[in-house]
Amino acid sequence: MFGRDEKVSSIRLTAVQYIILIIFMILAYGLWRLQVMQSDFYAQLAEKNRIRNVPILAPRGKILDRQGRVIVDNYPSFSALLLRDSTRDLNADAEIIAQGLHLEPKEVRDRIRKFTSMPQYQPIFLKDDITPDELAFIEAHKNELPELDTIMAHRRLYPRNGFMAHLVGYVGEVTETMLNQPQFEFYNPGDVVGVSGVEKQYNQILMGQNGSRRALVDSRGKEMGRLDETPAVPGKQLKLTLDIDLQIAAEEVMEGKNGAVLAMNPRNGEILAMVSRPTFDPNDFAVRVSRDEWNKLVNDPDKPLLNKAIQAQLAPGSTFKILMSVAGWQENIAQTLNVHCSGGATFYGRRFGCWVKGGHGPVDFTKAIYQSCDVFFYTLAEKLGIDRIAKYATALGLGQKTGIDLPNEVSGVMPSEEWKIRNFKQKWFAGETISVGIGQGAIATTPVQLMRAISAISMDGRMVVPHVVNPTELPSGVVDVQRYTEVKTIPIDSTGYTTITDAMARVLLPEGTAPSAHIPGIDIAGKTGSAQIVSLALRAKHENDDNFAQNGWFVGFTPRRNPEIIVCVLFEGGEHGKLAARLATQVIKAYVDKQNRQPTKMAKDAGKVDVGALWATPDEDGKANNGIGAGHFVVEASEKKPPLAAAAPGLQ
Amino acid sequence: MSRYVSYRDFDWLLIIFVLMICTIGVFEIQSATVHTKFAGAHIKQMYWILGGLIGMFLVSLLNYQALLEQVHWMYIAAIGSLMSVMIFGQKYLGARRWIKMPGGQHFQPSEWVKLILILAVAKYFADMHHRELSWSDFIKAGAIVGIPMLMVLAQPDLGTALTYMPIALMGLFLGGVRLKQALIVLLIAGSVMPLAWHKLKPYQKDRLISFMEPEADKQGSGYQVIQSKIAVGSGGIWGGTGTQTHLSYLPVPQTDFIFAAFSEEHGFVGALGVLLLYFIVLMRLTQNAQTAPDRAGTFVVMGVVAVLSFHILVNVGMVVGFMPVTGIPLPLMSYGGSSVLFMFLALGMVMNVRMRRFVN
Repeated sequence: MFGRDEKVSSIRLTAVQYIILIIFMILAYGLWRLQVMQSDFYAQLAEKNRIRNVPILAPRGKILDRQGRVIVDNYPSFSALLLRDSTRDLNADAEIIAQGLHLEPKEVRDRIRKFTSMPQYQPIFLKDDITPDELAFIEAHKNELPELDTIMAHRRLYPRNGFMAHLVGYVGEVTETMLNQPQFEFYNPGDVVGVSGVEKQYNQILMGQNGSRRALVDSRGKEMGRLDETPAVPGKQLKLTLDIDLQIAAEEVMEGKNGAVLAMNPRNGEILAMVSRPTFDPNDFAVRVSRDEWNKLVNDPDKPLLNKAIQAQLAPGSTFKILMSVAGWQENIAQTLNVHCSGGATFYGRRFGCWVKGGHGPVDFTKAIYQSCDVFFYTLAEKLGIDRIAKYATALGLGQKTGIDLPNEVSGVMPSEEWKIRNFKQKWFAGETISVGIGQGAIATTPVQLMRAISAISMDGRMVVPHVVNPTELPSGVVDVQRYTEVKTIPIDSTGYTTITDAMARVLLPEGTAPSAHIPGIDIAGKTGSAQIVSLALRAKHENDDNFAQNGWFVGFTPRRNPEIIVCVLFEGGEHGKLAARLATQVIKAYVDKQNRQPTKMAKDAGKVDVGALWATPDEDGKANNGIGAGHFVVEASEKKPPLAAAAPGLQ
Repeated sequence: MSRYVSYRDFDWLLIIFVLMICTIGVFEIQSATVHTKFAGAHIKQMYWILGGLIGMFLVSLLNYQALLEQVHWMYIAAIGSLMSVMIFGQKYLGARRWIKMPGGQHFQPSEWVKLILILAVAKYFADMHHRELSWSDFIKAGAIVGIPMLMVLAQPDLGTALTYMPIALMGLFLGGVRLKQALIVLLIAGSVMPLAWHKLKPYQKDRLISFMEPEADKQGSGYQVIQSKIAVGSGGIWGGTGTQTHLSYLPVPQTDFIFAAFSEEHGFVGALGVLLLYFIVLMRLTQNAQTAPDRAGTFVVMGVVAVLSFHILVNVGMVVGFMPVTGIPLPLMSYGGSSVLFMFLALGMVMNVRMRRFVN
């Protein structure tokens, strides 16, 4: 009986052993063939068969203004590389290399040592931005020092002195934390990406794709032949909605001051200028920035790295009264409200003062706006209550991001009963509403938010999305065009609209709060604001301390209805809104001036033109202007382009 | 019935040779990865080996005969795990082979299924009542191996699926297959070849073509074969500087091509030495098979011998250019947890059988 204990046929087992032996002998033969018989042949192949992969860096796309003028460009910069894929003793050559590249030999050796853990086919970057003589040195020593090579990198050239620094942003090497995020999946260490501003927001478009060049090298590292080349795909250029001429005016106006300036087209949301002060020079970041310099910027109390236009959250002060006006009118309270301002009023047991100590006297809706009477708006606030105020303010975009196409925008704060409970677990006290009425208290806006809200009011309720790039200029599919062109309509009664905008126009007349900002010939409507950042009592104690000075705000537009341009100025420490107003109207003037400048009419392709001329000449006695000369000329009318506006400082 | 099992019967000689191969492997992995992003892989490999050793000891404690009684359940579990790969598996590099475990590790069922298959085939042939195979026995044996093989093939993982075949072949051969049967099956297989060719995926076709004619596609699939031969050849008799490995011309030197990397650095002498070590291990295993207490034990050990030999044949064959490129690792030397663990567990089974050879 054949059972489980019956042994397996020993013949077959032995057969298996012999089969295994034969297999191994075949394998040993294979080794013999390669390693003994054809050893030299393969050794030679190993020597010759080396492929070197050198990246071709792609240039980043230029950034242009709305007229196509260059704001940010690249300049070519050469870096010196040390290749390690040959059998040369690099440390021995360190002396000569150091001499030729103006480095310390110790530095070179240190770098070689630091890189030993990296794959040998990866070159070491010895020096960036090498000079022409250093470049020549490398080229001249291609035979003696084949391990030296150069690579051309493109460096970003930004306008000098921090012109447009916050809007444009700057680039840097992608960090490890960024590489771990899903949106940076396809990026490699060493890639240069936008870190802030437009450079970051539109990095996908601006950044090109590196190519690579493959060459055959021998064991000494000498190039023997070219294999193939994948060309780099350059980044696409980006056209902004910004106007350099207006930007220059805005930057000049903020010279020596802190704060922000914004200019926008209220009809479509295109940003025409954006300034934040203090500023920094992004060219410093293009080469590596030292730790000390970085710390200095980060720890500066004036926050130069912050783009105040979209990141400063401050009390709007009296500029908020315009939103109050809309709320008051729509609720049918403001149009018939009349108060007597005697310099202050008492609400809930507390005295709230008006900025005019003696009071404004009898104040109606229109006068309250152009005279900026606090008592009127305290009263209005009390009648409306915080939730109704919040309803209109939120509809106009306060307390939310505007959605502008720049990174790191903040949302500001628009208080309401629900907001207080959610964030502080406390009930909203009616007394807090009073200060909100004049744009103080818990409310905080960013300049872009405030500008958009008032822009909507100026356009009879038509609220746009501010943006710095025209979406139709971008390749399709990159952004959601709808996001940029979305228009919300806030219902505003038509009589209210005209009343409010007319009252705002009177702000810059002698009876208003900013008559000194008036520009003859331009119909500007606006609102001033002086926002406290500490209590008035504290302010009085530290009268000369700039840290406690009030912020001056102004938002103005022209013309008063269906305006072409709106400008918002935040003048930190400016004390009075009217000072901010003067800055803003300068920017508006620059805009209007530019609009009025007609292009000169030129003869087109006229070919030859007959010109006749008479001129005064001295007569035979030498007496000036007693004789007449005459002549007939033929002139070639050539095409001459009208002169462009002044270029940005830093662009040569 | 209590059985007396002593650790003196543990095959220390076998373990010594196995560990020698493992150590050579660790050194080679370290050398091949020192300048790459895989640096430190040799440390991981040491952990795997340690884990494998523990596993081996644990497996040798069980009574393999009791295991074989339960093999039906294990077989069902194996099919189940392969099925869950087909349904839940993560796609990686175009193949669905892994399941993600809680804790982030990846689990490749096709390896431990191999272990179960060895046991299943052993039990099947051990329970057989005839000296020679009938056709129905033949087909049943084929099905036991064939079904998991097709499931793995569907992942698709041609390489691993092929490693199941030697288990079947060994079982059939030792189980008493008749010459006539073998010839008939070979004929059928031969005529089915062209059909199978069409079913191959493009990259698999490429590999076969470049195996025949590596020069035809220098930069593509032929690249690996050429580079391997250059590396091995340039090693000469005594070994070279290992430039091909270190300059990354030799692809995946720590896994599939570890033998090429080793041959480049240690030449003909070194390579032949390692082959000798493997040969000794295989012969020792066969000896354990011959002294097994029952048929089942013999089949288990020979199943392990079959898998081990097949891996060596295909991997080293690929390295010297006799075989097309497949993803089959060199057991005990190639870097990789599943392969190391499988080998040690399989060796555990062998220990198991050996330790009970005086017991009945």
